[in-house]
Amino acid sequence: MVAQPSKLNVDSLTVWYGDKQVLNGISFDIKPNEIFSVIGPAQSGKTTLLRVINRTIDFTPNARVRGLVEVDGEDVAHVKDIYGFRRRIGMVAPLPVGLPLSIYDNVAFAPRSFGLSKREELDELVERCLTQAALWDEVKDRLNTLGTKLSGGQQQRLTIARALSHQPEILCLDEFSIAIDPVTTMKIEDVLKELRQDMTIILVTNLIQQARRLADRTMFLLNGDLIEVDDTEKMFSGVARNPKTNAFVAGTFG
Amino acid sequence: MSAETVNAARFTETAFVRRKQRNEVVAKAVFLLMTLAMVLPLLLIVGFLVYKAWPALSVGFFLDLPRNGMREGGIWPAFLGTIYLVVISLVLAAPIGVMAAIYLNEYAKESWFTRIIHLAVINLAGVPSIVHALFGLGAFVLFAGLGRSVLAASLTLAVMTLPVIIASTKEALSAVPVSFREACWNMGVSRWQTIWRIVLPNSISGVLTGVILQVSRAAGETAPIMFTGVVFYRAVEKGDLFAYGLLDQCMALAMHLYTISTQVPGVPEAVPFATAVALLSVVLLLNAISIGMRIYLRTCKKW
Repeated sequence: MVAQPSKLNVDSLTVWYGDKQVLNGISFDIKPNEIFSVIGPAQSGKTTLLRVINRTIDFTPNARVRGLVEVDGEDVAHVKDIYGFRRRIGMVAPLPVGLPLSIYDNVAFAPRSFGLSKREELDELVERCLTQAALWDEVKDRLNTLGTKLSGGQQQRLTIARALSHQPEILCLDEFSIAIDPVTTMKIEDVLKELRQDMTIILVTNLIQQARRLADRTMFLLNGDLIEVDDTEKMFSGVARNPKTNAFVAGTFG
Repeated sequence: MSAETVNAARFTETAFVRRKQRNEVVAKAVFLLMTLAMVLPLLLIVGFLVYKAWPALSVGFFLDLPRNGMREGGIWPAFLGTIYLVVISLVLAAPIGVMAAIYLNEYAKESWFTRIIHLAVINLAGVPSIVHALFGLGAFVLFAGLGRSVLAASLTLAVMTLPVIIASTKEALSAVPVSFREACWNMGVSRWQTIWRIVLPNSISGVLTGVILQVSRAAGETAPIMFTGVVFYRAVEKGDLFAYGLLDQCMALAMHLYTISTQVPGVPEAVPFATAVALLSVVLLLNAISIGMRIYLRTCKKW
């Protein structure tokens, strides 16, 4: 059997903020079209990991990164076209941020910034992204209202639509369901199951059940240490190798 | 105790509730009083000025030249000179200041170099205007060879207002939430596109406020301009809008006011007051333009 090449390969990744070490040499890899979930309590380095992957860690003044992160075998620390690279990674932050633009412009912003200007193409793209984010039906009659005027949950779905607007290969969702009601969450989860045909999904989540529903494999981080990474079923059925994982999943710790 | 008495007791006034309400009333009254205390002197000053100036005020007063050793006639050359100085100095200082602030706030990484620049900006903002005057005299009038001229005086005013414009613009830019920038960066949008499409449109009214405040300062200062280009008296055509060239000397209202109230004997009482009213109206005029711009831009503000 030929080993399948990994979409994302992380090798002994260590990150410091100043003197504080937030990731302690973690290594794992993610296969193409996999849904990979990352669980762990607060301060375990989950968000930092995503920021390293799309290189927005660059904007944190005193952050230092050591180790290797490869996307399709390309070292992300040395990509030449950083803006083009970031477009290959979709990022959804935990708190909804509607940009102070119209709903339409929110979604069309990134495509426009790399030169897409044909009205029909933009219209088509905006509709598709909003539909995928389960928001189209609610906003299709008022695409010109401000993104910031939407409710928190709608803004969060707008954020997802924006992340899809640059057609990423890897979609990172950082606790996306924090501000969304359960019904909408389920809708988006269905969307994610479809999206995996086209992209790899990294799902950082606090909801154990969500990880269990969606993920093929799950990684458990604790205080910057990689405790365990394995098939989701194994991780969550109480037969994980590390007792800490079983305790966290069972809710008795963490 | 029945349920009703418990609920009734919950809504009766206790001593604690009464004290809280009293404090509320007192606090509101005190703050209102302070607001009035701030507005009242302003109204009194403006009212007093206009009242005293009334006999001398007329359209002719603004458009006429000073005559008879500045005891009669109008203030046109000084009025025009002040507008020239303020407008030219702002045209020079505002773009430089705003662009420097954008660099410092959006691009510059925290380092000893930017810390020194920041420190310099803050300290320059606190330098007395007479020091700026001497700097202008040395740098622009003598070293650059501009002589005592409109340009040298405007440059001096520009140097004086620049640090404050940088500081206030930086403040306005940093008021735009970082989450907006992060959202843009996450989508692979470049820094400049983020600044142009998101940061600037949402901070422009704050940026303009900072610039507006410097209008009054540039118009009102006497020291920086009297060493660098403003003279006691200069004859120009009555009502001529283009009376001064960049390398000419000019008159200015602040200086003119100082001259006629302290240096020239026998000036009718109303004339200095009318000059003060003219100075105020220049400031208000220039402010009104920028405030109008700000209101227009604020209607475009998106969040």
